[in-house]
Formats: sequence, structure tokens, C-alpha cells
Amino acid sequence: MIFILLTTVFVIMRVLPGDPVLLHFEKSENLQAMQQMRVALGLDQPLWLQYVNYIFGLFRGDLGKSMQDFSPVAQQIFSAFPATLELAIYSMIIAVAVGVFLGVQSSKSYNRPKDHLIRVFGIVTYAIPVFFLGMLFQLGFGVGLHWLPVGGRFDMSIAPPAGLNIGNLHLATGLYTIDSILEGNMYKFVMAFKYLFLPSLTLGLVLCGVFIRLTRSNMFETLRLDFVTAAKARGLKDSTVTYRYALRNAFLPVLTMMGLQFAMLLGGAVLTETTFSWPGLGSYLVARINFRDYTAIQGTVVVFGILVSIVSLVVDILYAYLDPRIRL
Amino acid sequence: MDKNKIKRSMLGTLLPIRSLAKRGLAGWLVLFGGILTGTIIIMTLISPWIVPYSPSALLGANDPSKILLPPNSQFPMGTDDLGRDMFSRVLAGGGVMLQVAIVSVIACLVVGVPLGLFASHAGGLVDRFVSLIMDSIYAFPGLILAIAVALVLGRGVINMALSITVVYIPSYFRVIRSQVLSIKELPYVEAANAAGAKKRTVLSRYILPNVLPSIVVVATVNFADAILTAAGLTFIGMGVPASVADWGWDLSNGQKLLASGSWWVIAFPGLMIILLALGFSLMGEGLSELLNPRLEQGGK
Repeated sequence: MIFILLTTVFVIMRVLPGDPVLLHFEKSENLQAMQQMRVALGLDQPLWLQYVNYIFGLFRGDLGKSMQDFSPVAQQIFSAFPATLELAIYSMIIAVAVGVFLGVQSSKSYNRPKDHLIRVFGIVTYAIPVFFLGMLFQLGFGVGLHWLPVGGRFDMSIAPPAGLNIGNLHLATGLYTIDSILEGNMYKFVMAFKYLFLPSLTLGLVLCGVFIRLTRSNMFETLRLDFVTAAKARGLKDSTVTYRYALRNAFLPVLTMMGLQFAMLLGGAVLTETTFSWPGLGSYLVARINFRDYTAIQGTVVVFGILVSIVSLVVDILYAYLDPRIRL
Repeated sequence: MDKNKIKRSMLGTLLPIRSLAKRGLAGWLVLFGGILTGTIIIMTLISPWIVPYSPSALLGANDPSKILLPPNSQFPMGTDDLGRDMFSRVLAGGGVMLQVAIVSVIACLVVGVPLGLFASHAGGLVDRFVSLIMDSIYAFPGLILAIAVALVLGRGVINMALSITVVYIPSYFRVIRSQVLSIKELPYVEAANAAGAKKRTVLSRYILPNVLPSIVVVATVNFADAILTAAGLTFIGMGVPASVADWGWDLSNGQKLLASGSWWVIAFPGLMIILLALGFSLMGEGLSELLNPRLEQGGK
């Protein structure tokens, strides 16, 4: 699966009409410099050899050299990765929390005004361009109320959280909220959280529509099953029945959807990061587009693809763990 | 898929507009979405004759007082940093997006539908191979793939549309494939085969009409997605040149001006994108409920 994906990326980036070097220079004036760059990047070799080199390079974690500054792309991607991961995790949490909560509310008042209202909210979130929502938040909470920073990941004048340092042991995840806790610095934690809040809220809200819809239809069916009626008949509290009994059964499809939505989330992350100048993979990608840095873009696209594959694998494993029927 | 369901979905394609309103919420969704998108399309089409100023006229070039004006009686939606009338830009700015969406949906239909029909009907190795490629594209983050393709192809409406097409063909393929696989086992198709009908006839006359309702739903959703993807591509600077009025471009331009609190530069174009995407989404939502009323049934 990953292999097919990598090949598809290669075909799109190399075989489709369009010469990376020509694109990089935009004008075909400096022929000598162009030829030099071709040789330096190995683009003068036959296509099949390029393909073999590319695949073998990937296994070694080599994504080629940047056309902009000739430094290894893999390294640059690796340093930008934690920011995207942190944004992705918090956005997913917000999307699932908001989505599941509203979905449950919606299913409990099925076909009543509240249900319709929540459904319309779900459809509207789907239709909002994520960067537009981000800008509205920036206007409201940043420019207007001055409550939250409008961009960046951390205060430039303060050193980012260092993580855990005990003697020779150095442990840093690159996720600022976790690193600041490891460092035991609450001030930095609050600051990291402040910077993180608007971007992840933006991305989370845009994605929550799918979870609303899914939870609504699943809960609707689950709430009518016998075991729910039995639990109610035994006099359990309504919230216990809904969240402890019914939701647990309706949650498995939500997990699958989390895996599927992860790809969507990464796409949204590119736009969110651009909007909030969040220094992750998305910002890196967009910055490199402006430089027409072909290798860097190809590398980022490949990494996004691998990420999606890994997440879908993890979801499959989790699924088998949570649903014993699959293991049988 | 049972016979009943097919009967219902066939009914779905024949739905007259007048009875839509009688079909409860789903009907209203389709109707409202249709009116919303219709209005915006008409507005964009007639915009050359109704704009008060040229959408690209730099009114601030000779008169700095017309730069970044908040909404007022002369400029109901204000002006941007070069003194362009936002109201005119909002009226005319949907053109690129609509073209991109229409071209990409048509391209998806032309490529995706036959591909889905033939691969799933042929079965065997062909089906497996095509499915594998389609699944791997489908799993990929759509916008990122579109960025890669758009980068290779270069700027322009057609290229943007093509990059979106690459992303959405798998959606068509998957829907068609799953439907064809169940339909082709139905007795009436078997009967047609047994009667010696040509493969092509079976596909186009017997199977295709039953897949059509699902294709309509996918296409509506594709419209909404294409609008948002086109806006996203333009936002990160891979869309049309700045000289063309476009809501996505206005948004990316307006981002620079956010710090000054000039909300009007982004608010109105953004709202238009939402309304347009919302129109198609509502239509898609309503249509899929009308054509596949599984949830509704559960309630009775």
C-alpha cells in the first residue's frame, strides 16, 4: 500500500509534463546553471534509475537534497514534524470531543429542533474554508480582544520547553505542551497552550461535522437496542446509560472514522499552519512551494503519505484490541 | 442491495422538483441548496453588467483616501488595500471557483464513471490493480495531492481543475464499484447476460441507470469539495493570477491586513465561499437521504 502510494507520488512528480529544474528557475535563461542542478540532483539519469534511487533512498530515510539550500530534506522535515503532530493531536481531540458530544445530543432529540440545529451546524462546519475560520478567530480573539496570540508556536523571546533533563538523560518529544510539563515549567505550559489553542480549535471545529453525523446515526440505532432499555429499566441515570452503556458501543465506528479523517486533518493542517504561521510541515510545504523547491515538496508529500498509512495501521490494531469479535 | 432499495433509488432520479418540498427535511435541504447555488451562479454570470466598479480597478491609485475603507454608502462592502471595491469583487469573484468545480466534476465523470464500471465489471486482476491505485490515492490527503499536481501542471483554471480531478476520481470509482458489484449479481442482469446481451449493453443500459443516483450524490459533494479545495489552492498562492477577481485570492490578500482590523476584506468573500459550498453540501445531504433513507427507516 505504502509502496503504491510512493510510486503514485513519483509518477505525478516526475513523469507528468513539467521539469522541476525549469520550474525552479521559472525562466529558461541560465542553461548552464540548470544543467549543473540537474546533475547535482541526479535528474540527468534515466527515469528508471531515478525511481530505483528514490525508493532505496527512502528506505535509508533519505529524501534527497533541497533545491533551495542543498541541505537534506529529511532533516528539515524531521524538525518541522513535532509541531504538526502536536497540532494534529489536539485538533483531533477537539473534533472528536465536540463531534461526539453534539452527535449524542442530536441523537437523543432525534428529529426535534435541537437535532436539526446540530445537523445544520455540522453541515456548516463542513462548508467553512478552514483558513477563513482561522482568520475570523484571529480577528476576534487576537486583534479584537487581545486574549490569544494570532500566530506562531511560542514566544520568540523565551526558550522553548526543553523537556526532561536528568544527568545525561535527555528526553524531549518536541511537543511543547508535553515538554513543558516534563520540564516542570507551568508558565511555559500555559504559553504553549495559548499558542496552540486557536489553531487546534479551528482545525478541530472544521473536522467535527463528520463525527457529529456518525455519532448521531450510530447512537440513534444503539439507543433503541434492548440492553439500553434494560439499563434504563433498572433505574440507572440517563447520563450513565447514554455515555457508559450506549456510547461505548457506538464508539467503534468513530474510531475508524478518526483514522480516515486523519488524511483530511493533514490537508487542513497545511492551511491552518499557513494561517497561523505554525512552524510545522504544512508551513514548510507552502514556503517551499514559493521557492519551487521540488525535492522538498516531494519529500513532504511522501512523509504525509507515510503518516497516513501508519495511522490507518494503528487504527486497525486498536480496532482489533477494542472489538474482540475481530480477533476471533 | 435488495430490490426495494434499487426501486427507491430509481425513483430518486425521477423526483420532480415540485414534490421535493413534500419530502420533509431532506426535500427542503435539496430545494434550499439548489436555490442558494443557483442564485450565486446567476449572480456570478451576470456580474459584468451589475458591478458598480470594475472588480480590478485600482480606485486608490490616484486617490489614497479610497484605500481600505470600511463599508459605507459608496462602497457597501468597503475597499481593499489597493482601493478595489469589495462589493464588485464579491459579485464577480465566484467565476474561477465555479469554472474549476464544473470542469473537475465533468472530468471526474468522464474518467471515473467508465473506469469504475469497467474495472468492477471486468473483475479479476484488472479490478484489483485499478482498485489498489484508487485506494492509495483515496487514502492520501486530498489537498496535499492537489498541491503536488497543481505545482507540476502550473497555474490556471484548467490545471487547478485537473489537480482536483486526480484527487476525486477515486471517490467516484469506489462508489460505482461497490454498487456494480452488488447489482451485477441481481437476477435481471443475469437474465440479460443469459439472453446474450453484449457486455457493453449490459453495462450502459442495465447497470449504469441503477448506479446513477449515487453518482449524482457523489458529484454534488464533489462540487462542494472542489470549491473548498480551489479556495485552499488559491489561498496558498497556487491559484489564478492576482488580476482576476477571486474570493480565495481576496482571503489570502486580506490575511495581511488582519492586524489592522480590516475585517471587511475577508468577511464577505469568505461568506460567499461558505454559502456556495454550503449550497452544494445541503443538496448532497438531502439527495443522499432521499436516495438512501436507511436512517429514516430505523425510526419507524
